[in-house]
Formats: sequence, structure tokens, C-alpha cells
Amino acid sequence: MSFDQLLALVLDPDLLERYGPRFIDGLLVTGKLVAISFTLGALLGMLLALARLSNNVLLQRFSAGYIYFFRGSPLLAQLFLLYYGLGSLKGFWQDVGLWWFFRDAWYCTVLAFTLNTAAYQAEIFRGSLLAVAPGQYEAAKALSLKRSTTFFKVILPQSLIVAIGPLGNELILMIKASAIASLVTIYDLMGVTKLAFSRSFDFQIYLWAAVLYLLIVEIVRRSLKHIEARLGRHLR
Amino acid sequence: MLEQLSLLSFASGGWGQALLAGALVTISLALACLPIGLPLGLGVALMARSPKRFPRAVATVFSTVFRGLPELLTLLIIYYGCQIAAQKILAAMGYEGEVMINTFLAAMIAFSLVFAAFSSEIWLGAFKTVAKGQYEASQALGLSKATTFRKVVFPQLVRIAMPGLSNNWLSLLKDTSLVSTISLVDLMRQTNLAVSVTKEPMFFYGVACLGYLLFSALSGRVFVYIEQYFSRHMRGART
Amino acid sequence: MKPVIRFAGACALLLAGITSAQAETLKIATEGAYPPFNYVDSDNQLHGFDVDITKALCEQMKVECTLVAQDWEGIIPALMAKKYDAVVASMIDTQERRKKIAFTNHYYKTPLSVAVPKDSEISDAQTDFKGYTVGAQASSTQAIYAEDVYGKAGADVKLYPTLDEANADLAAGRLDGVIADKFPLHEWLGKAGKDCCKILGDVNGTKADASIAVRKEDTALRERLNKALDEIVANGTYQKIASRYFDFDIYQ
Repeated sequence: MSFDQLLALVLDPDLLERYGPRFIDGLLVTGKLVAISFTLGALLGMLLALARLSNNVLLQRFSAGYIYFFRGSPLLAQLFLLYYGLGSLKGFWQDVGLWWFFRDAWYCTVLAFTLNTAAYQAEIFRGSLLAVAPGQYEAAKALSLKRSTTFFKVILPQSLIVAIGPLGNELILMIKASAIASLVTIYDLMGVTKLAFSRSFDFQIYLWAAVLYLLIVEIVRRSLKHIEARLGRHLR
Repeated sequence: MLEQLSLLSFASGGWGQALLAGALVTISLALACLPIGLPLGLGVALMARSPKRFPRAVATVFSTVFRGLPELLTLLIIYYGCQIAAQKILAAMGYEGEVMINTFLAAMIAFSLVFAAFSSEIWLGAFKTVAKGQYEASQALGLSKATTFRKVVFPQLVRIAMPGLSNNWLSLLKDTSLVSTISLVDLMRQTNLAVSVTKEPMFFYGVACLGYLLFSALSGRVFVYIEQYFSRHMRGART
Repeated sequence: MKPVIRFAGACALLLAGITSAQAETLKIATEGAYPPFNYVDSDNQLHGFDVDITKALCEQMKVECTLVAQDWEGIIPALMAKKYDAVVASMIDTQERRKKIAFTNHYYKTPLSVAVPKDSEISDAQTDFKGYTVGAQASSTQAIYAEDVYGKAGADVKLYPTLDEANADLAAGRLDGVIADKFPLHEWLGKAGKDCCKILGDVNGTKADASIAVRKEDTALRERLNKALDEIVANGTYQKIASRYFDFDIYQ
């Protein structure tokens, strides 16, 4: 077999021309999905972590229940529950004025991913907040700092150093989980892969998707290691 | 509400039995991945610690690939790839008959590989906690490398690795829901079928979520028991 | 080493011999999510027009058949990987599919149809859905049509793993229209879809053959299936089965 024929086995130029641009689009959709859900999930997660650590029993129980539910069931089941389950209550949502939200697959998917990652991030933040020495709280009190100042200027920066590692892991897990969005009509990278395979039945489509995912995950992982090193440089 | 509960009945026309069957498939698939996944993960960890370059490289590639690929993609690649590969190999050997790679087997292979990759990281972390003195003492006693590993290092390893491994097991349980996309009739797929026939998505997907939660809770109890067993030598000192 | 190879070779020959000596069984795949042609009930049993036709053909050919349900997107790869011997799942005979697999003669003909919500402002079945959202089952001829015609005209095309999910979204109000094979659409509109939606009509120029799919190299099997098909049409078995599901002629 000539080199060209060998190359065509893994990188067929005809397939590349037909589906290459769509793969780039899919990549962008994946990026958007992950960025939005991760950020919103971080905000919600922080709130949940604070609720879990609070003295209010109701808040504590609600938060613990939320975290238990969203970490204990598969993302796929949660996504279907949201998209097909809540999506079937058209009358109700129209009355409440929220139908435009649940009508759209994109919003439903972002919501499902946000709720899911918030539960995992809540545990990460809880661990990182507990890792800050109690002495810090006492010192802040001794200096008569306001509670908000204490939190934002003293506790949070220190806890973030501990949280960065697990948060990075969670980001990578999210990038991988985003493939599930393809099951509810979202054309992310995985969705485009399935579309291309269903038209061409050529197995190398899956290999392209594999290489792309591995590339993204590796790049993210190495950047995170770099950021972690820089943030913790005062500790070395 | 009551008529919805009747949808779960075990009589014909009710979905209780079908969902239970699906749940059994989920559990058996997850359990089937352990005999391959656990030893493979330990093997990869041992290879990663090897002084020779080749085993280390293989371990790194294996770990990077199977931790980096989405589980859905791994599943589809193994599923379609196995079919094509097995067919090509058998055709080359002259066997023209059908190929026996069934869906359950493909799913088992895929998830075992993923489980092995993640648990190898846990094993590696556990190795780091075993004091060097243990190895030196075993050497002083004249124990062979195999015996050292089996009787001295491994029990200590398991105790440290348990929390991490239990997390991997819970992920595995949840990942099995992905086989619903390749027509393996697990809990998730039965739920999809029930929804398409009865048009009650909220009810059935809610039931599915509760089913998985139940599995997680049960697994949690089992892990508590295992951890207690492996820490029994430390219990006296703590009281 | 040599005795090992000889032994392995003998085993392989023996295996091949054993398989060919057994009574002939055919493994047939169908989707199981396409009423009235193929669907599963709560006992996980397959039913439908495709299922009944398969049983009739196997009886005519005097072979034993096992019917298996397979998700639509994986059905052609599984056939090519020799997991099954044939696919009877209302698969349309197209040029693109003929590049990978082969088809028998048609066992029914069907056009594509369009369904919309009852209060929809779209009235022409030949519409190009420009500016609207239209759904179809992925990996199907409808999906290709939707992408090539509606997508190019500026519609938002959404693809679903099964027709049922597309219909569910039409009923839920997420889609402005669904394009699918005529008969499953009618079936759905007669049952779950009757309150929400209506059929707009057939799409011109889309009448196509639904045939049985086999691997390219299985010409003998294809001939036998064709012969059996002709026989059951001739002796009235086909009409008997068809009349159970349809009160009009679907063969032509």
C-alpha cells in the first residue's frame, strides 16, 4: 500500500472536506457548553457549600439532599428528567411564562450540566473552606473585620489554593461529560461525530473525535498544572 | 398519583418487572467489570512504577487515553471497533461465520478499561504511602518479592486505596447508564422504553434516578464494612 | 510450534464444519421503536408489520429465524460486522446505503410525510420550513432529506435517536414540524398525537422502497429472500398480514 493509501485509512481527504468544518463547529459548541455550565455551577456550588456549612438546619439539610441527589444519579438520567420530563409540562411552563426556556434543548442542557456540576463543586468548596485554619477566622474577628471582608479577602483566597486541584479535575470531567449532550440534539463534538458516522459508516470518524478529545483534555490538564504551580509559588 | 404507581406494578402491563430486570443488568454489568478492571488497574500501576522505560510509557499512554476520552466515546469505539476488528481478524483466518461479540461483552471491556485507568491512579497514590521500611524489613526477613507484595504491601495498599476505589465504583455504576444508547437493556434503557410507551417521562426518569441512588446507598454500606475489615488491626489502638 | 498451528487449523475447520452442519438459522435485526412496523411491548416482545413479514418469509424459506432488536444508529454497522444476516426494519433503499450494503426487492413503498401542530401557520406540505425548527430521526432518509432540503433553505434541523422522541418534542411544542415515513406518522397521530398535531401531507417525489438489507456478498440469501417475497405476495399471505395493519395497499 502506498503512503497515500495508508494515510487515507486514517485521514481520508474526502471525509475531511465534507465533515471537517462541522467538527470545528462541534468543538466550539462543546467549549461554550462547558464554559457556561462550569462558571454558573461554580457560583451555585459555592452557595451550596456555604449552606452546607451554615448553622441553619433547614439550609444544611436542603443542601445535603441536593448534593446527594445530583452526585448519586447519572448525568444522563438527570438530563432526560429535565429535558423530556420537565419539558413535557408545556401548559405549566406557559402559565408561569418559562416555556421559552424549557422549549430549547440548549437551555435545558446547560441547566442540567450546571445543576450537576454545582453538586460536585459544592463538595470541593466545602472541603477547601474547611481546610482554612480556624485561626484565620479568629484573627479576622480580633481585627474587627466585617464578615463579608473576612470571607472575600481572607478565607476565599486561601481556600481557592486548595480547591484549584480538584476543580481542575472537575473541569476535565465536565469536558468528557459534555459528550452526553449529543443525546438530546445538541451538536457538540460528539453529536457531529455521530452524525458523520451515520452518513459515512467510516470508523475513522470516531478516531478523529478521540484524538480531538484527548488533545483538549491534555491541553487543559497541562495548563491547570501550570496555573496551580504559579498560584502556589509562595508556598514553595 | 395512585394510577402512576400502578404503572410500576409487577403484573403484565405494568413496568415494575421490566425495570427490575433492567436494574439487574445494570448491577451485573458493573460487577462484571471488576474482575478485569481491578487487577488491570493494579497491573498498570505496577508498570508505571517500573524502573524500565517501556512499561512506564505503556502505562502512561493507557492511563492518559482512557482517562481522557469521554466514556460514551470509549464505549462506541469499543462497540463498533470490536465488531469490525473481530470480523476482519476472523475473516483473515478463513472463518466465515457470525461474530459473537455481543453488546454486554463490548460494554464490559470498555468500562473495565476506563475503571482500570482511573483506579491505577488510586493504586499509585496508595503505593506512595507504604513506608520504605516495610520493603527493607521484608528483605531482611528474606521474603521473596512476590511474598512481600502479597502478604505485606497489598493489605496495606487496599486500606489506603479503598476510598478512592469506592468513588471509582460509584462512577462505574453511573456510567453503565450509557449502554442504553447501544441497546443493552439496562435500567436506563428500560426507563426509555417505559416512557415511550406510557408517555410519563417525569415519573419514570424520577424512578430511574431513585434506583441509582439506591444502588449508591447500598454500595456505600458495603464499603463501610470493607473499610472496617481492613482497619481492624487499628481498632484496638484507637479505643 | 508447527504442531500447535496444525492443531489450531484443525479446530478452526472443525468449528466451521460444525456451524455449516447445523440446521440453518438466520439472525434478523429490527429496530423495535417504529410502530406499526416494529415495536416492543412491556414484556420486551417484538411486534409489528416487519416482524410478521419476517416470520412469514422464514416460514416460506423453511428456515429458523431469530429476531433481535437493535438501536437504529448501529443497525447497519452491526449488519456489516456480521452480527446479523439481514435487517427487516423498514429501511429505505438508497444509493448512499448501497455503497455499503445490498437490498432485496421492496416489501412496501412509502413516501415521506410532514406533521405539524394543530395550530400551526404552515399549510403547504411542500414547505421548506425556512425559519422554523423541524425534527427527524437520525441516520434515516428523512434526516438526509431534512438536512439537504430544509437545512439548506435556512431551517433548524434537529435529529433524534428515535422517531418517538421527535414526535414527543413535536407534541411538547419544541418543534414546528416533523418529517418522517408516512405510516408511522399516521399511526402516532392516531394515538398519542391526535390531540396536538395533524398531518400536513406527503412530500412530493419522496416515494421510496422499503426493503430488506443484507450484506453485499450474500447474493444467495438476497435471491432466496426475493423469491420468498414474491411467493408470499402471490399466495395471499402478504395481503393477509398487511390488512391487519393497513386498510389500503402499501405494496405499490
